Amino acid sequence: MLRFVLRRLVQLVPVLVGLSLLLFIWVRALPGDPARALLGEKATPEGLARVTEAYGFDEPVLQQYVTYVTALLHGDFGNSIQTGQPVTESFLEKFPATIELGCAALLLAVVVGVPLGYLAARHQGRPLDTLVVSGSLLGVVTPVFFLAILLKLVFADTLHWLPTALRQDPRIDATHITNFYVLDGILTQEWDAAWDAIVHLVLPAVALATIPLAIIVRITRASVAEVMNEDYVRTAEAKGLASSTISRRHVLRNALLPVVTTIGLQAGLLFAGAVLTETVFAFNGIGQYLFEAIGRRDYPVLQGFILFIAIVYSLINLVVDVSYGVIDPRVRAG
Amino acid sequence: MPTPAAPLLTVRDLAVTFGVRGQRAVHAVDEVSFEIRPGQHVGLVGESGSGKSVTSLAIMGLLPKRGVRTSGEVLWGGRNLLTADPDELSRLRGREIAMVFQDPMTSLNPVVPIGVQVSEVIRRHEKADRREAQDRAEALLRQVGIPDPGRRLREYPHQLSGGMRQRVLIAIAIACGPKLLIADEPTTALDVTIQAQVLEVLKELVADTNAALLLITHDLGVVAGICDEVNVMYSGRIVESTTRNRLFATPRHPYTGGLLESIPRLDSPRGAPLRPIPGSPNQTIPWTEGCAFAPRCGNRIDECTSSPPPLKYEGDRDLRCYNPLSDPARAEAVQA
Amino acid sequence: MSITLPPAGGPPVTLGLPEEEIHGVSLWRGAFRRVRRNPSAIAGAIIVAVFVLVAVFAPLLTPYAPGSAEWSGQVTPTSVPGPSADHWLGLDRFGSDMWTQMVYGARQSLVYGVVSTAIGLIVGATLGLVAGGFGAVGGRFGQSVDTFIMRCVDVMLSIPSLLLAVSIAAVLGQNAYSVMIAIGAAQVPIFARLLRGSMLSQGRSDYVLAAGALGLRKKRIVVSHVVPNSVGPTIVQATLNLATAIIEVAALSYLGLGASDPAIAEWGRMLVAAQDRFDVAPRLAILPGVAIAITALGFTLFGEALREALDPRTRR
Repeated sequence: MLRFVLRRLVQLVPVLVGLSLLLFIWVRALPGDPARALLGEKATPEGLARVTEAYGFDEPVLQQYVTYVTALLHGDFGNSIQTGQPVTESFLEKFPATIELGCAALLLAVVVGVPLGYLAARHQGRPLDTLVVSGSLLGVVTPVFFLAILLKLVFADTLHWLPTALRQDPRIDATHITNFYVLDGILTQEWDAAWDAIVHLVLPAVALATIPLAIIVRITRASVAEVMNEDYVRTAEAKGLASSTISRRHVLRNALLPVVTTIGLQAGLLFAGAVLTETVFAFNGIGQYLFEAIGRRDYPVLQGFILFIAIVYSLINLVVDVSYGVIDPRVRAG
Repeated sequence: MPTPAAPLLTVRDLAVTFGVRGQRAVHAVDEVSFEIRPGQHVGLVGESGSGKSVTSLAIMGLLPKRGVRTSGEVLWGGRNLLTADPDELSRLRGREIAMVFQDPMTSLNPVVPIGVQVSEVIRRHEKADRREAQDRAEALLRQVGIPDPGRRLREYPHQLSGGMRQRVLIAIAIACGPKLLIADEPTTALDVTIQAQVLEVLKELVADTNAALLLITHDLGVVAGICDEVNVMYSGRIVESTTRNRLFATPRHPYTGGLLESIPRLDSPRGAPLRPIPGSPNQTIPWTEGCAFAPRCGNRIDECTSSPPPLKYEGDRDLRCYNPLSDPARAEAVQA
Repeated sequence: MSITLPPAGGPPVTLGLPEEEIHGVSLWRGAFRRVRRNPSAIAGAIIVAVFVLVAVFAPLLTPYAPGSAEWSGQVTPTSVPGPSADHWLGLDRFGSDMWTQMVYGARQSLVYGVVSTAIGLIVGATLGLVAGGFGAVGGRFGQSVDTFIMRCVDVMLSIPSLLLAVSIAAVLGQNAYSVMIAIGAAQVPIFARLLRGSMLSQGRSDYVLAAGALGLRKKRIVVSHVVPNSVGPTIVQATLNLATAIIEVAALSYLGLGASDPAIAEWGRMLVAAQDRFDVAPRLAILPGVAIAITALGFTLFGEALREALDPRTRR
């Protein structure tokens, strides 16, 4: 088991190296002089000189790469052109917000999606199934930001049932320890702050959850339908087992395997979706920050954030792979 | 002669039709009737597509719900299993009637340990706690000839060979001492050398527990080794039904005759051609129009293609044929 | 066609068996027939057809020019003229005819979608075929080529595809080409994986072994057997990717990438512009949003139906 994990970790290394290389080339692929491209309109001779010095643009390429990687390994991902704040710092500051949003969305998607998919598979061909399939199809093709805009405009701006923006009502004096607002509220026993944070999570989480929900429903349904036709389910029926036993031990335990993998892949989609959703709801996470950075062409931030996101995504996929090994004994052997 | 014991299972006029909207209905099984008495070994023989597997699935109530219509009676203990309540049916299965399936590679749950897959039958039908059930599972594995059964309990199906998996499936089937064991092509998917072993295990177990056996196969050799009574099926209907000895000595249905003829024999002269049944299974006419075997039959007469032959009792067997193969003993008797 | 049976002692019987039951049905013809019978496939095909026709014949469908903002005088901060005889869908907030914008928006989406998918397909498929080809051939050199290419693909896959497209578009500058190249590049790894997987699994399959046993040379096997079998899944994937591409184009516009003129007729851009007038004129947001969803739906339905139809396991 441990060997399995280690092997996967080792396989991760070349990918990360390739990634750093890719991002390294990316900045230098900008049209024109890299220093000028980085600074954009704010380019002054001193600024240019400073940036050139800081990034080492006048040094030979190989040495630049070494400097870059060394800095990366020290946790130095550069500084924002706009604010001067170290990229690492702003990432860690905004990260909890997106994690909270992502977890809420994923939780919603799984808790609603898996049972729906299962039911649809059990009642194949009947009205419930058709409804679920059509619904999930719509969920997949509706653009996240369109849905987010609609939700916001209907439930927040028009009906005023839910807040329109931000993570928390600024009027509430909330103490922040971990920057996970819900968690903070619970830890400090400021229940109103925790509740307020949850209320602010609802709309963005629903918008963000739509696509993963739709995908999870479809995969669960397909997987359960396929497993129900397997010979070993027939064997279980021939044993005269109770139908709850058959569902639990024979159908679900096999059908949920591909669903687990999917959940890992959804993480990537969630990051992408977060950029769009957070923007609509002014939800102060990495998504919104990234959006702003794109707007002002803040390349160090873009580069750093994307690298961070890629690392987190790879780690999440690693965890999924490992958990697959825990659940499916056949994988452990290979 | 002592009166024969009441039959365990009576199948009467069983018919199974598959059909989805917009497609022609397929009559997989039609007019099938036979009986199985306690301790009796009955064989159901036919090619793929003859309906023998479907028959066994119908008896167990394991056919899919959608797109399938079943009619007729399958009587067990006075109840018609085809119309039984699902709860009742699930209490019968695994306990009184058990089944061993064809493909051991796919018939076991890949992510659950062997021990659990065996003990769960026991825990379902009898009051046994986990420890007890595990012990019994281990004993069962030993009984079917699996070495080191204690270790196997914790292993997963992919760690066992095909032959071993089939033994596990047999162990599962006999776990609660069923009165009837249905074995659907239990050795077809196995290597020839393993086939013989598994068949031996089956024979022993059935003898030990005095269970009745319904053996479904296309392999006449297997039938000859185990069965007392044989039913031959073609295209969904029974065409000949009699004792094993009579079937092999004097087959009367041309199809049965063809099957026996087509088996290569050790004592045939070198260079003699093989004698397969001419044509192929899809050269057939519907039973509603005539005899399904007629297009391939050497004994075909006009009547065979104009009206369906009924299953008639002909003295020593049931036969569905207008022009059966001649019986040499009878011919001699007539001549003499 | 009828068959006369080998004489078997009785009068010969002729059977009328339909041609198909004797010769079988080719994969594509069978698939086509199955797709035809599938209602969601038909719905998808209709949507796709309508979309393509509207996009291609845009100039014929409207007398006005796109993004003209000619009637900006009629637009006030609190009102945007709704549907009328002259303007079937009313005006947008810049004063352009909404119907024109929608119709030309379809054209933009089609062009962007097709071009980027084509880029992804061509580059990705080539990479995949090369990797798979070398991998299947084997040997240390072949394996290393395969591994190297697939590692590069893995790197690209470690970044969520939208963000990958965003970073490429950000680098390439504010024009239409950057969007197409960006989205195309994000699709490359998908096609590369698909084709490589196809090459490798076919290489191990029984019919290839059989062909080899019959004496066919490797190259011939690849060209006349493996490649045609990979075409089906590739087309399915391309159709599904087209749906994603259309959505991603809109997303990139929303994020402010791509061509810079805000009045350009493109559905994503229209969504962005419509946000702050929602209370006044919700149709400005709903029309393009729904259009994106329905178009993507059409391609997805069709692609999925095609996948099911081509799957040999579910063929009768």
